[in-house]
Amino acid sequence: MSGGTNPLLLADGVTLRYAARDHVITATERVGFSVRAGERFVLLGPSGCGKSSLLKAVGGFLKPEAGEVRLRGKAVTGPGPDRMMVFQEFDQLLPWKTVRQNVTFPLLASRRVDRATAELRSEEAIARVGLAKFADVHPHMLSGGMKQRVAIARALAMEPDILLMDEPFAALDALTRQQMQDDLLRLWEDIRFTMLFVTHSIEEALIVGSRILVLSPHPGRVRAEIDCREFGRAAIGSRVFQDTASRIHDMLFATREAAQGDFQI
Amino acid sequence: MSEIAETAADTVARPLPLAARLARNTPLRRVLVLACVALAWEIAARWQNNPLMFPTFAATTAALWEGVTRDNLLGMAWVSLATLLKGYAVAVALAMFATAFAVSTRIGNDILATLTAMFNPLPAIALLPLAMLWFGLGEVSLMFVLVHAVLWPLALNTHAGFTAVSETLRMTGRNYGLRGLRYVWLILIPAAFPAILSGLKVGWAFAWRTLIAAELVFGVSSGKGGLGWFIFQNRNELYIDKVFAGLIAVIVIGLLVEAVVFRAIADRTVRRWGMVR
Repeated sequence: MSGGTNPLLLADGVTLRYAARDHVITATERVGFSVRAGERFVLLGPSGCGKSSLLKAVGGFLKPEAGEVRLRGKAVTGPGPDRMMVFQEFDQLLPWKTVRQNVTFPLLASRRVDRATAELRSEEAIARVGLAKFADVHPHMLSGGMKQRVAIARALAMEPDILLMDEPFAALDALTRQQMQDDLLRLWEDIRFTMLFVTHSIEEALIVGSRILVLSPHPGRVRAEIDCREFGRAAIGSRVFQDTASRIHDMLFATREAAQGDFQI
Repeated sequence: MSEIAETAADTVARPLPLAARLARNTPLRRVLVLACVALAWEIAARWQNNPLMFPTFAATTAALWEGVTRDNLLGMAWVSLATLLKGYAVAVALAMFATAFAVSTRIGNDILATLTAMFNPLPAIALLPLAMLWFGLGEVSLMFVLVHAVLWPLALNTHAGFTAVSETLRMTGRNYGLRGLRYVWLILIPAAFPAILSGLKVGWAFAWRTLIAAELVFGVSSGKGGLGWFIFQNRNELYIDKVFAGLIAVIVIGLLVEAVVFRAIADRTVRRWGMVR
């Protein structure tokens, strides 16, 4: 465990299992990590390493079979607006609400603030992600990247303790994805929120994250924890970046032979 | 990010030629179809030349006008509609209750699935003889068959709609701490609204048919009022043009509800939200 100040989020020996058609699948086995306030913590691994399941456990949607998840020292028992999720799927927006209403809705539904404050905050969040012009449009009029921006705005407007992002850019085209990664980092520079980011892309992990937890598949176990604060988009071509990427690549490849999992860079 | 949408909004619009614009006008095309049907009817009736059995379009129109102005056809139609609305409202309430129960418990789910599978294929009108025996010749019997006509298809559609709500949307709702009735009301119902609306439409069509058929037997209450009764009585007295006028009234009301009421609801909801094209 990382020392220093008390962690904001602590996953301690988390084992996750879920029932498939006729057997129980172990998604993760005794996975532990801790996230401090203001960190950009990335869960990286090939499919089958349980990274999304871990995120869902933090979100309170999955109950660990062993171990526990603690947020600010309190055990997570169910979903709640203090941990806002951003999903990969575009249909996470409520299609019957405009962009503005989508961002305002969780604030009102969770009864956290009054209407005036909710509207003020959503106005600000929408402007931050550059969609002020589209505030009164329904989601079906937006491109995939714009929908993900709304989802991020919606989550940020709640000012959650931690932002949980489940491969939020995986369904976007390469150019939009790059743009979104850069914009997300810029938002972080502004607000310094804490986030837990799930991805299967080594490059994305190195650019977006400040710390990476590398997970091996079947079942998901911790392989390594890597500090990557030094890497940004500018570092991509550098020697150190390449070396780190190929080091992670090798870690994942070693398990690939044994487990036949698949992953992409 | 926003460049694509911006250029799309700024694209210069060029008007289509008049003929092309007229051909794109759906109501106009529909009216044209109706005019053709009327013309074919008129020709066929004149050729048959048997006004007792098959009145012409013109004669039917005249009878319809007479029915509206002198025989209180609109009043009769209103009596039918009022009964229908009552039965419809009861059925909608029951369907919502039943599906809410079905989505919240597994046994509720089993009960609803079995009941809809049993009763959905049973034509409501087949229950009328039994209803007459139980509740007598009156509005209660009609309500009974109406509720049966609406409840099952609506419950079936609503339930299918609830089950089809994506996992992501469900998690989104629960993420905000929504649960129980607020979750059903704020997430499930709007998300399933396309299916619910189509259930409401199907239910309406079933109810309208069932009601007219039931009224043919005894009117709305032992021989008083209703469009079906209007048709039945005029047939007994061999006013066949009025029978046709009654049938046309049944069709027009059905069309109006479909094209005006449900269309307006769809335009304001599922179409605006891009959930249905």
